[in-house]
Formats: sequence, C-alpha cells, structure tokens
Amino acid sequence: MAQLSPAPAKELSASNKMTVMLRVNGVERKLTVAPWTTLLDALRLYLDLTGTKKGCDHGQCGACTVLLDGRRINSCLTLAVMKDGAQVTTVEGLAQGSMLHPLQQAFIDHDAFQCGYCTPGQICSGVGLLAERRAHTADEIRELMSGNICRCGAYPNIVAAIEEVMAGKPARKTGEEGI
Amino acid sequence: LNNSGYSRAADVSDAVRQIVAEPTAKFIAGGTNLIDLIKEDVARPSRVIDITHLPLNKVEEREDGGLRIGALVPNSDLAYHPQIEARYPLLASAILAGASPQLRNMASTGGNLLQRTRCLYF
Repeated sequence: MAQLSPAPAKELSASNKMTVMLRVNGVERKLTVAPWTTLLDALRLYLDLTGTKKGCDHGQCGACTVLLDGRRINSCLTLAVMKDGAQVTTVEGLAQGSMLHPLQQAFIDHDAFQCGYCTPGQICSGVGLLAERRAHTADEIRELMSGNICRCGAYPNIVAAIEEVMAGKPARKTGEEGI
Repeated sequence: LNNSGYSRAADVSDAVRQIVAEPTAKFIAGGTNLIDLIKEDVARPSRVIDITHLPLNKVEEREDGGLRIGALVPNSDLAYHPQIEARYPLLASAILAGASPQLRNMASTGGNLLQRTRCLYF
C-alpha cells in the first residue's frame, strides 16, 4: 500500500505571524496576526471592535469603512500588516465620552437608518466626506457617498443628516485623530 | 484569505530583487484589486511584496512640460491634484467616474493601470 504523505500542516506556526502596532481610536494597540489578516478582521477579531461591519468583504458595500490617518477606506481590502504605525478611527472612536459626534447625533435626529448594519460605515464615510470638503450640494453628497450601500434605503435621511452637519455644525475634532 | 507570505520592499531595487527571486509573488500597493482577487481564489500569490513605503507618491513637473505621476499616487489625490484638474480635466473626470471615494483613497495609479480584469464571467 502506498504510504500516505502527511497532510500539510494547516495550523499557522507562531513564527509566520507578524507584530503590528496600530493607533486605534487614539490608543496604541499591538497585535500579532497572520500576514493575510485584513484590517477589518484585525479590528473585529483581534481588537473586539465589532462596530465596523463585514458586509460584502469585497469593497463594494462600504460597511467596513474606517478612517485611516484621517482618510476613509474599505478596511476589508487592506492587510493589517501593511498599516503598521497608522492611525485608525472606527465608529467606536467618534464619540467623546457620552457626547456623540455631530454626525452620529444627526443620524439619530434624521432617522438615517433602519436595521443599522451599514450605519457605522455610513457614519465613518460621512465623517471622511466632511473632512474632504469636496461635497457642497445634496447631489455631491449622494455622489461622494456612493461607496456606502444601504439595503433599507435610508438614503434620503442619510443625505439630510450629512447636509445638516455640513451646513451648521462642522465636524468636531476627536482627540488626536484629526477628524 | 489564502496562506500567502508578506514582505516589505525597502527601496525600488529591493522590490525588483524580491520579485525576481520569487516570481510567484506579487507586488501589493492599494490592495483593492489584488486582495479581492485573492479572496475570489483567482490570484494565489505565494507572497505579497508591500511597495507602499517606496517614494513613488508624487506628481512632478517635467522639463518637457508634462507631468510625471508616481506609481503610488492614490486615485483620489491624482484626481484632485491642482495640476491634473487644470491641465488634464479628462483624466480627473475619468478617475472620479470610477469606484468609490474609499476605493479611490486606497487605489494606486500604477495598480490602476495594471489592474487585472475583474469580471467574474471572464
């Protein structure tokens, strides 16, 4: 009988893992991850920051949007090891204590969600949009929020929430994140 | 994601040396195309070589009157670059017609040109 060759070890040895330092919501977090761990999985599985959602996992829905060094990105399409030393802001890092970020408050005031699954991504994307200062009209908000899909169809209220913050209350600075 | 290795290129010649030594490896920059293809099991690089720290992120004036665009300039920075907006508005419009703001913040100019077809039916 032919000798069966041993199955290749599926378990990842510790030596394959890499140590990354991320400044997440203002706090330095050191984590040791496999190199193919996405930033999204690192946040959710290693740092227990489950506010950031995994929707499509292909960069199409925007549920995984976070701010990386102040810019909005899809955290499902980048690797944690590539962002060593970067500043990451997730939806958990937008409020200051019990004081919500103006855009979070505006989402509540305008009823800008139904199921809420896309909301963390919508809000992080909206905060990124406000910082970019490229959108000035409702149409421009719609165009520049096109990376965030809402299955419940809360779009009119999302646009209204962003418009309100854009018009009256410029996004407040949150700690050192420069938002 | 599959079991691929990771290394960082220290400079351009190091990047070239690494890819020559391991032809089944791939460069990674924005990741928006490659990581998606790895997740779909279309691309199976033995290793990704991170080139994001190379000094290729500038748009520079050339003596012949043109502009030289670094391979790592993100799509959004390129589209909103004052010189691109003023002198190459079609390029700015074309970039802004593609993807989403989040993807444009990540995607590099070089990766954009080297993008593999993304149609699942292909």
